[in-house]
Amino acid sequence: MTSTAGVVVVGGGQAAFSVVSTLRASGYDAPVTVFAAEHHLPYQRPPLSKKAHTEPEGLRVELVPESFYRERNIDLRLGDDVVALDTAAATVVSRTGARVPYAHLVLATGARNRPLPVPGAELDGVHALRSLDDALTIGRALTTARDVVVVGGGFIGLELARVALARGARVTVVELADRLLSRAVSPELELPLRERHEHAGLQVLTGTGVRALEGPGRLDRVVTDREHLAADLVVYGIGAIPRDDLAREAGLAVDDGVVVDEQLRSVTDPRISAVGDCARHPHPHAEGPVRLESVQNAIDQGTLVGRRIAGSPASYESLPWFWSDQGDLKLQIAGLRSPADEVRLVPGDSPERLAGYAFRDGLLVAVETLNWPAEHLAARRLLERRTPVSAGDLAGTTLGALARARRAAEVRA
Amino acid sequence: MPTVIFQLPDGTERKVIAASGTVLMQAAVSGGVEGIVAECGGNASCATCHVYVDSEQAELVGPPNDVEDEMLDFTAAERRPTSRLSCQIHLSDALDGLVVHVPEEQV
Repeated sequence: MTSTAGVVVVGGGQAAFSVVSTLRASGYDAPVTVFAAEHHLPYQRPPLSKKAHTEPEGLRVELVPESFYRERNIDLRLGDDVVALDTAAATVVSRTGARVPYAHLVLATGARNRPLPVPGAELDGVHALRSLDDALTIGRALTTARDVVVVGGGFIGLELARVALARGARVTVVELADRLLSRAVSPELELPLRERHEHAGLQVLTGTGVRALEGPGRLDRVVTDREHLAADLVVYGIGAIPRDDLAREAGLAVDDGVVVDEQLRSVTDPRISAVGDCARHPHPHAEGPVRLESVQNAIDQGTLVGRRIAGSPASYESLPWFWSDQGDLKLQIAGLRSPADEVRLVPGDSPERLAGYAFRDGLLVAVETLNWPAEHLAARRLLERRTPVSAGDLAGTTLGALARARRAAEVRA
Repeated sequence: MPTVIFQLPDGTERKVIAASGTVLMQAAVSGGVEGIVAECGGNASCATCHVYVDSEQAELVGPPNDVEDEMLDFTAAERRPTSRLSCQIHLSDALDGLVVHVPEEQV
């Protein structure tokens, strides 16, 4: 019996998939084992809050079919999770008792939902969204829900709120901060975004805390700082906490995420990497170490670690980007904005389009767009090449026009 | 259902039998075609599923839609006359034997 140590990946999400598919595509031929706690094949999460409730039966979210793993000799252990990590012996132990040695270990454990810390959060009719099973449960609940309260005005909350609205429910969003998307978008863009949500029929209560969820057995109202709201369904999305317990228990450096270096190696043990939502890493576009929750980050970090293990090391410097579909609003963000950055709103060439350019020391650092994917892509191209774009360069023009002009000049040169 | 052929930058090709009602991007991803990243999962948000339709079949496939057309100006690999986002190409039996070329880079 052979027990050659290869790569063990803990977690079965997008980042894990990115690691293992990259390993095989890069010619890595030692054993690859994936421990995925859920019973589903690795799947895409973005559609869960955007589409799962409108087409729960037709929802196809798996990243690739089972044959993909089989053909590439990837040992995918669905429904099993790593419960202990012995860094001295370089071995993991799973819930079912499997002991697997590793030459490299990749933590792709993702994040868990921050629980709603109020009385009544355990009532029937109260849900959070993280997994495919959660999405299907919420989708079923929406078939009968009349009064929906969404706690949390972030990406997930607003996506779900618009899904519920489209399903015919009365929907109220309750947000503790004094504005929506307070961590994700600038105050400048938040104003028109909120107006559009309200125009579509969402009731939005900002600066409002939830005190309790109440009902006789089953939920029937939400008690807030201000008023009582009738509710037969509550969905909450108030942030996520990285799943870094395994790393902490094994003695690795952890600080709201597994602390890794610029190549995404644990700063404590270079045989261990962390990728995706659970990793805290240095980034050239950020002032300090960051932990990013996005598909782009999961894919790009997984790719980087897969290539590194297969023999092509590099530092992580992918331009961060985010997107959120909220009803008829497509919100996209390229780059990392800081609260102190100066934001200039620019109207697009049609009324539904809008961009916010964020400048730091006079240079463009991030771009937020509404319903304007081409402008978003132009921003990504310019920001990822780190070509300086000044506020003056953008006077009276758009990034799209600027990028086209620069390209034309390059061709002429 | 149609069979589609992806010509990869290294000169190899991947033949994929598409499932009914899918788009070309999904066929690529299901078939494990490297080089079709599809970060956004098919929402015309990211332009990481860019392909070049074989020029002889370009007419059959048709032109990009308006939003797609704008996005194609900013793909990672150069835009060519038959560039499309594969998430916007709906497959049918009429496209059986479709050949597309996968660009060198997507992100």
